[in-house]
Amino acid sequence: MTTPMPTIETQRRVVLRAEDVWKSYDEGAISVLKGVDFVGYEGETVALCGPSGCGKSTLLHLLGGLDEPDRGHVSVNSMEINRHRSPLRLLRHEIGFVFQLHNLIPDLTLEENCLIPTVAAGIARAAALARLRDLTERTGLNHRLDHRIQRLSGGERQRTALCRALMNTPRILLADEPTGSLDEKTSAAVFDLLLDLVAKEGVTLVMATHDRALGRRCDRVVEMHDGRIYELQSA
Amino acid sequence: MIFFKLILTNLLRHRIRSVISIAGIAFSVAAMLTIVTVLQGAVGMFSGILSSDSEIIVFERNVSDLFFSNVPAAAVKEIASWSIVQHADPVLFGIVSSADHPIITCFGITSFDARLRKATWLKGSRSDFAQHTDDVVLGERAAEFLSAALGNSVQIGHGLFHVIGIIKTANGFEDGGVFMPLTSAQNFFHKEGSSSVITIKLLSKDDASAFKRMVKTKFPNLVALEDEEFTRTYSQFKILKATAWAVGGCGLLLGGLGVANTMIMSVFTRIREIAILRVSGFSNSQIAAMIFGESALVSVLGAVMGLIIGTGFLFALKLIPAVHGYVDVTIQSPVVFIVIVLALLTGVAGALYPAIYAMRIRAVEALRFE
Repeated sequence: MTTPMPTIETQRRVVLRAEDVWKSYDEGAISVLKGVDFVGYEGETVALCGPSGCGKSTLLHLLGGLDEPDRGHVSVNSMEINRHRSPLRLLRHEIGFVFQLHNLIPDLTLEENCLIPTVAAGIARAAALARLRDLTERTGLNHRLDHRIQRLSGGERQRTALCRALMNTPRILLADEPTGSLDEKTSAAVFDLLLDLVAKEGVTLVMATHDRALGRRCDRVVEMHDGRIYELQSA
Repeated sequence: MIFFKLILTNLLRHRIRSVISIAGIAFSVAAMLTIVTVLQGAVGMFSGILSSDSEIIVFERNVSDLFFSNVPAAAVKEIASWSIVQHADPVLFGIVSSADHPIITCFGITSFDARLRKATWLKGSRSDFAQHTDDVVLGERAAEFLSAALGNSVQIGHGLFHVIGIIKTANGFEDGGVFMPLTSAQNFFHKEGSSSVITIKLLSKDDASAFKRMVKTKFPNLVALEDEEFTRTYSQFKILKATAWAVGGCGLLLGGLGVANTMIMSVFTRIREIAILRVSGFSNSQIAAMIFGESALVSVLGAVMGLIIGTGFLFALKLIPAVHGYVDVTIQSPVVFIVIVLALLTGVAGALYPAIYAMRIRAVEALRFE
């Protein structure tokens, strides 16, 4: 079912690669990914589209080192991550995550939430604050820095999550339904911002979404169904 | 900064739980500090009795308690004649009781004994001591609780004695004690011709080893120990100290269980938050450091509070007239250091399982299912 890789692979650098990846849960009872091959190129935006349960989120988790495949290989910048003892640590500077729920820590302020990845990566505070100022200005959150998460709107929270994901200047951003919890208008605004940021930062975006309209705005749409990628289509 | 904020935030998020945990450590530390300090003070005071103007104590080998020690008068006489000895003072310890005081320490001593020489004579004179067999000198507190004045007759145990002096000493045991002429005490306690110990003052401290060798050779059934050596090895002191640390340790263990409970709850109630940190790049060691940091903060705050409470309690103890002089409540720096270290170790031990659990949290599962 997997379609051949596009010829563009030979011209652009591959930053993400999944080869014959299998993943199941409940000791094999629930098979989620069935031999998936995927390639992500430097600076492109890819939408993973498909119905619920088709394996979009699972593939994102595997690409980001959050989970390990039962079989197959996942590489980031030609580095096979599932052979590494601590993939998340390895990928601190390589990958940022945005989830459907913002997943911010409610007792901390916007600034503190955004600084967490820089603490994990050991980035100097001054450099981290400079990066934070830059990102919050671009996302229109600079007046909210000392606000606690509870006091932010849904859109602001998701923009904060976006800032946090980009704090360590990752080359890859994995977004799992990043606008799924927002209303249509806010969703469009956050998605515009997301595309703008990844374009300006030169980040590779791989986004799981139900929304085909959003998906069509990406460079490439990857259709998933029943744990397989069955269609690759350039947008 | 953010790391510390993460630690602090979680403690502040569950304030009551944190306060209970801190209080648990605080009371444990206070209990340990109080028990250890009081018992060490008591040990120090008892050692002080033996080391009044002396540096070596001679007593019967292999006795569990000095009250059971029998040193023959012949040994006292011979040891006193050795050229390296400045003076050798026999002391007989006994326990007597009076109407309202079941335990009064009784000292059978000679008139040359350092206790009488060094004490402040409030009433009477040292020259009157041991003129008659029924003469006694009372410590100031003993005179108080026996309601005795100079010249009075007092009932001590089964005997009636004549008070010929009242002295004040810094040592609570001595201040609450009764001093009898050695021969009277020997008769009273049916230990004719013997004493409990001999306290030895040498002409030169350098001769201590030679003196100990001489005692070992001449009197194989006696043992000579330097004061510091005696305090360190005397079985009763060891039992007291071990008991103090064990009781204090049990308290601290309970406090540690409180910390463990707090930390387990802390981890269980924020699995999602830990997962977020993992996704943000936190390593296992950073997650563990955060959990240990929380427990260390609880332990440090508890230890500081415990030291304040314990110190306050010891000072209050000092003000109680009934224990005045009996309890040395001087807090020793090593004790404080050990208590703080134990509190910290307890906290860290309490956080061990929660930290391991937190490190094993799989971010993907925590984020998917919550």
